[in-house]
Amino acid sequence: MQISKSKKLEILWSLLLSRRFEEALTELCKIEGKIPGMMILCTGQEAVGAGVCAALQPEDVIITNHRSHSHLLAKGADPKALMAEIYGKRTGCNKGKSGTLHLAVPEVNAPCTTTVVGGGPPIAVGRAFAQQYREEKSVTVCFIGDGATNEGSFHEALNLASLWALPVIFVCENNLYAGAQRYEEHTKVPNIAERAAGYAMPGVVVDGNDALAVYTSACEARGRAVAGEGPTLIEYKTYRWRGHGESDLQLYQPQEEIAAWQAMCPIPKLRGDMLAQGLISVDELREMEHRIDAMVQEAIRFAEESPYPEPHEALEDVYA
Amino acid sequence: MQPLGMGQAINQALREEMRRNPDVFLAGEGIGVGIHDSPMLPTAGLLKDFGARRVKDTPVSEAAIAGLAVGAAVAGLRPVVEIMYNPFFTLASDMIVNHAAKLRYLSGGKSSFPLVVRMKTGAGFGAGCQHSHNLEAWVAHCPGLKVVMPSTPADAKGLLKSAIREPNPVVFIEDMMLYFVPGPVPAEEYQIPLGQAEIKRQGTDVTVVTWSKMLLVALKAADQMARENIELEIVDLRTLVPLDKETLLASVRKTGRLVVLHEATRTGGFAGEVAAVVMEEAFESLKAPLRRVTGPDIPVPVSPPLERFYIPSEEKLIMAVQEIL
Repeated sequence: MQISKSKKLEILWSLLLSRRFEEALTELCKIEGKIPGMMILCTGQEAVGAGVCAALQPEDVIITNHRSHSHLLAKGADPKALMAEIYGKRTGCNKGKSGTLHLAVPEVNAPCTTTVVGGGPPIAVGRAFAQQYREEKSVTVCFIGDGATNEGSFHEALNLASLWALPVIFVCENNLYAGAQRYEEHTKVPNIAERAAGYAMPGVVVDGNDALAVYTSACEARGRAVAGEGPTLIEYKTYRWRGHGESDLQLYQPQEEIAAWQAMCPIPKLRGDMLAQGLISVDELREMEHRIDAMVQEAIRFAEESPYPEPHEALEDVYA
Repeated sequence: MQPLGMGQAINQALREEMRRNPDVFLAGEGIGVGIHDSPMLPTAGLLKDFGARRVKDTPVSEAAIAGLAVGAAVAGLRPVVEIMYNPFFTLASDMIVNHAAKLRYLSGGKSSFPLVVRMKTGAGFGAGCQHSHNLEAWVAHCPGLKVVMPSTPADAKGLLKSAIREPNPVVFIEDMMLYFVPGPVPAEEYQIPLGQAEIKRQGTDVTVVTWSKMLLVALKAADQMARENIELEIVDLRTLVPLDKETLLASVRKTGRLVVLHEATRTGGFAGEVAAVVMEEAFESLKAPLRRVTGPDIPVPVSPPLERFYIPSEEKLIMAVQEIL
């Protein structure tokens, strides 16, 4: 599959933006009282969000999870609104009701995000059903981790999606750990993608650190979905550099394993190829990085300067 | 006025709302097919009349059915899904409690979830505790949900029509026994707003607050007590969330005495909430301690004498009334 220069630049931008955004969060969450609640990062896994969302159209929908920063940024969410939400500020995309864990950005068709592991697939089925019901040529992507595939809801959702040939793509980021449990400790089947066979849908295994391979596979799945050929389960093999959350000491992740996966970081791979092929110059790259850094700094400034919600605002938004 | 069972009245509401709004669709296990295609049941004939695009017979997958509703609702469709029996709510509950109820709040009010989850329930069929278990207090405890439990066919129709037009998720619980109790249903278009209780019988001596099938018990008891010149005022809540405190409190202020009657088990039942509201807001009006008449704290048993023992009766209600007179 031929991938245009502009598409590669878009993917590189998403990768770098997500990484820079989370590098900032890694430091900010260490400051006492700065960021409420947990801090759950996708550092090292950005190629999945960047590659999948680059394959989508604005009208396509994503249902994501607690590890969502790269998905939402790649889908076009405003970093300022995300950062302010992560800070718990009134100007956040969800007025401080969500924080970092359940960031919903309906403006970019990310209408609801769930931290309940396995919560996403049934909702994605419903959202894709609406697309089919209205005969829209769009798809719903459901981002889940390897742990979610052991929830019953995942299996109910795959069966129904396949039965009704719904336009949904189940994107499983297999980052090798569900909480502190290594893949082999929670799942017997060697590849999650094999589970698709049980639902008579295609299941594919893809290198989740190769952003272009991610993009290509997502394009294929999207093509099938909008053609009425039903869902696909894509397993992206990747790795969680950080712990489950930032308070996780990662004692269960061998240092050499982390180092080995860091050596397979998705960013230098794509960046190096693009430089070598003359798709971007060193100066242009520096300029891109500069713009991203400014964007993240602006998001932080916006979040810092924004007011907290007033306590009584807690009572709003329960009912329409 | 046409005499209909509650199932037939619900069937009319579904038909009318499906005709009115093409975004309304139904989904559930065996809806309108097989044993459920019986004329007294809510989804009879709908598959034939509206087709498989809008009447979705689903696999036995409660989480997927409820998730279907959540995801379709956030897209602006109006799903009306059926969880066959209230106890199976446990299998769907993550989608309803953690998602339908909370995702609007988590979005800061940006996303809406206009869906209806219908569930059958009620003791009296010898079906046992895994088919008969009134769990309205569970759902009433979840902010973000509205909870409807109609007692008459006319109410069921008007309330369901409102529920389908609601911008919020509604849990609509139907007592199966009421499918077979005919009542008058207006032929013309009407709706009953959620959050409005109705005084089903005026009285002066004791307020009986109830809902769903227990209304029949309350009305029978009221007839009996009227022979002794004791006038019960029967308040049918119809919706537990939102709770019509105004009607409830006005009645208690009038009579000064309260019995709360529900079929669900006692501990943690919704009678506790009704009692607390009255104690907080109308304590000075009470002439006697309030009473609860409820199912005992046991699972619903199967054997007829055991099941009859479970279901609150006129005799138990009358005893409670006499205790506080």
